[in-house]
Amino acid sequence: MSVLVDADTKLLVQGMTGKEGTFHTLRNRAYGTDVVAGVTPGKGGQDIEGIPVFDTVAEAVHATGANTSMIFVGPRFAAEAILESADAGIGLVACITEGIAARDMAEVHAYLEGTATTLVGPNCPGVISPGLANVGIIPGEVCVPGRVGFVSRSGTLVYQIVYELTSRGIGQSTCIGMGGDPVHGIGFIESLAMFEGDPDTDLMIMTGEIGGDDEERAASFIAERVAKPVVAYIAGFEAPVGKRMGHAGAIVTGSSGTAAAKAEALEAVGVQVARTPSEVARLVADRLAG
Amino acid sequence: MDLYEHMGKDLFRAHGIPTPAGRVCGAPQEAAEAARAFGGSAVVKVQVQVGGRGKGGGVELCRSPDAAAVAAERMLRDGFMGHVVDRVLAEELLPIAQEFYTSIVLDRSTGGYLALMTAEGGVDIETLARERPETIRRVQVDPLLGLRSYHVRELTGALPVAAREGAADVVRKLFELLWERDATLVEVNPLVLLDDGRVIALDAKVTVDDNALPRHPDFAALAQEFPIDPVEKRAKDAGLQYVKLDGEVGIIGNGAGLVMSTLDVVARAGAKAANFLDIGGGASADTMATSLEVILSDPAVRCVFVNIFGGITRCDVVANGVLEALTRVDATVPIVLRLDGTNAEEGRRIIDGARHPMIVSVPTMDEAAAEAARLSREAA
Repeated sequence: MSVLVDADTKLLVQGMTGKEGTFHTLRNRAYGTDVVAGVTPGKGGQDIEGIPVFDTVAEAVHATGANTSMIFVGPRFAAEAILESADAGIGLVACITEGIAARDMAEVHAYLEGTATTLVGPNCPGVISPGLANVGIIPGEVCVPGRVGFVSRSGTLVYQIVYELTSRGIGQSTCIGMGGDPVHGIGFIESLAMFEGDPDTDLMIMTGEIGGDDEERAASFIAERVAKPVVAYIAGFEAPVGKRMGHAGAIVTGSSGTAAAKAEALEAVGVQVARTPSEVARLVADRLAG
Repeated sequence: MDLYEHMGKDLFRAHGIPTPAGRVCGAPQEAAEAARAFGGSAVVKVQVQVGGRGKGGGVELCRSPDAAAVAAERMLRDGFMGHVVDRVLAEELLPIAQEFYTSIVLDRSTGGYLALMTAEGGVDIETLARERPETIRRVQVDPLLGLRSYHVRELTGALPVAAREGAADVVRKLFELLWERDATLVEVNPLVLLDDGRVIALDAKVTVDDNALPRHPDFAALAQEFPIDPVEKRAKDAGLQYVKLDGEVGIIGNGAGLVMSTLDVVARAGAKAANFLDIGGGASADTMATSLEVILSDPAVRCVFVNIFGGITRCDVVANGVLEALTRVDATVPIVLRLDGTNAEEGRRIIDGARHPMIVSVPTMDEAAAEAARLSREAA
């Protein structure tokens, strides 16, 4: 098993006819993902290498039974693309698009609470369950199937760390790139909860970075609800302290948002925190061996 | 993008939020004239994109036009906490009865907005939040519903009765401003009750969402007003993100997370980054040449660490890009190149085959960081 995407995923791609959209759609299909439709308003009736294009998500769902959407629509229209998928009953939306206005995402975030749709992203590399389905831009060839669940804010660190895991023969159940935007879909807590409940995941990795308090809240969640081992990595110990004008951010979170504070919060609840990306794979190997 | 206080106050006034009369001054004489216009006294405030001005000597009460000129001259000459200062704001002095604090911020932990208000303004608000959080009223605002009357009553209930109506008007307009102008923060510290009963914003901190800049063309003009380092500008014009730091290793990487991680690994190897540049997904010869030019133009750089993980980007393409870049750019210091991921072996073969005297190819991130640290020490 795995989480979010698997052999039952029937993928629809919003913005498939654009350059990036086409490139990654075909890569996902070559990986073995069941890509059933594309959606581009005004291009209904066309096809891309045999994948039919529809004008609306509702039409595509009706005709193909798509249950997952991947979004490559540009930032001005991407928030609406998420809403369209939610209204068409799509269960999982992975929004790859970078640069969506925070206000638009705040509206989407509030709206999705009343729906059954799960959002990954935006500004994220997507989700892969190695050997089953790849929805997004994570290079499938660096992944192998296995029993480690992985969730990350940074995209490039997913590639880097998965590569090191794979090099050591450690496979992954599912890798989730949650994205780094201030308003986003699922985060560490939702991901860890899914991995905790997944019988085919034995250990999970979370990689965070400076800013916000996602990692601190994940630490509290782990203390209360997670029994499986967790290995973490936080990037940005040496990052320059960002200039900050107002105080409201710190008052809201009660956290400094530094890498040190995050690592400390995680270590306090028994999570092993690696100091380099390579150390992540080492700690995971030790943990699985022991 | 963090706006200068005077820009924030222009937005405040456009939305009907009262502020003191003020003038933006680029020279000491202008501050003196402003003070004369305000009846002989003025508050002179440095205009920078950072906070902490009150404690850091960036705000001065001036009782005469001469004093205003002296304060402005000092601020324009000395800058503020390392930031260049090209303007100050001179404002009328007003009789303050009481100071408060209010803000509305995008709350990343809920994905909505949070409005805050407290009667204890002017103090260190972060300390207050830690030590007596109950003195700060907080209201979650659903983005689909907006700020409602009961939210406003809850917030202003923290204030003395005399200030409530005025503060309610301010907070309603602050939310309108935040929403219409795509701000992620609007903060007023202090919001004040004057002796004559008016409630006005003595300060204005506004952060606008960079992702929303395309729909606010007037903000693009404001962005041009902030001083930018020439090297940073060159990188920005090429679509690259460059940040200057104070160490000796120049860093080029692909992706924000990997670049941040590279800074950490270099620090663990005992060196410090001089600067860093995120080349994002692409690593064409052009991008690489510009990146190396930018990084090498910093005289503090004793060694360059190019850290590339090939995902969709293929390492053989990166390798050729680096070699081609070096036909255009003179490498004056050694370049440690780490290529890993897609087609890494092919990439390393290309580099090894070229036998370029300034390139040291190292397969892993940790070893490459150690080598970069060693080389930068040798060059010291």
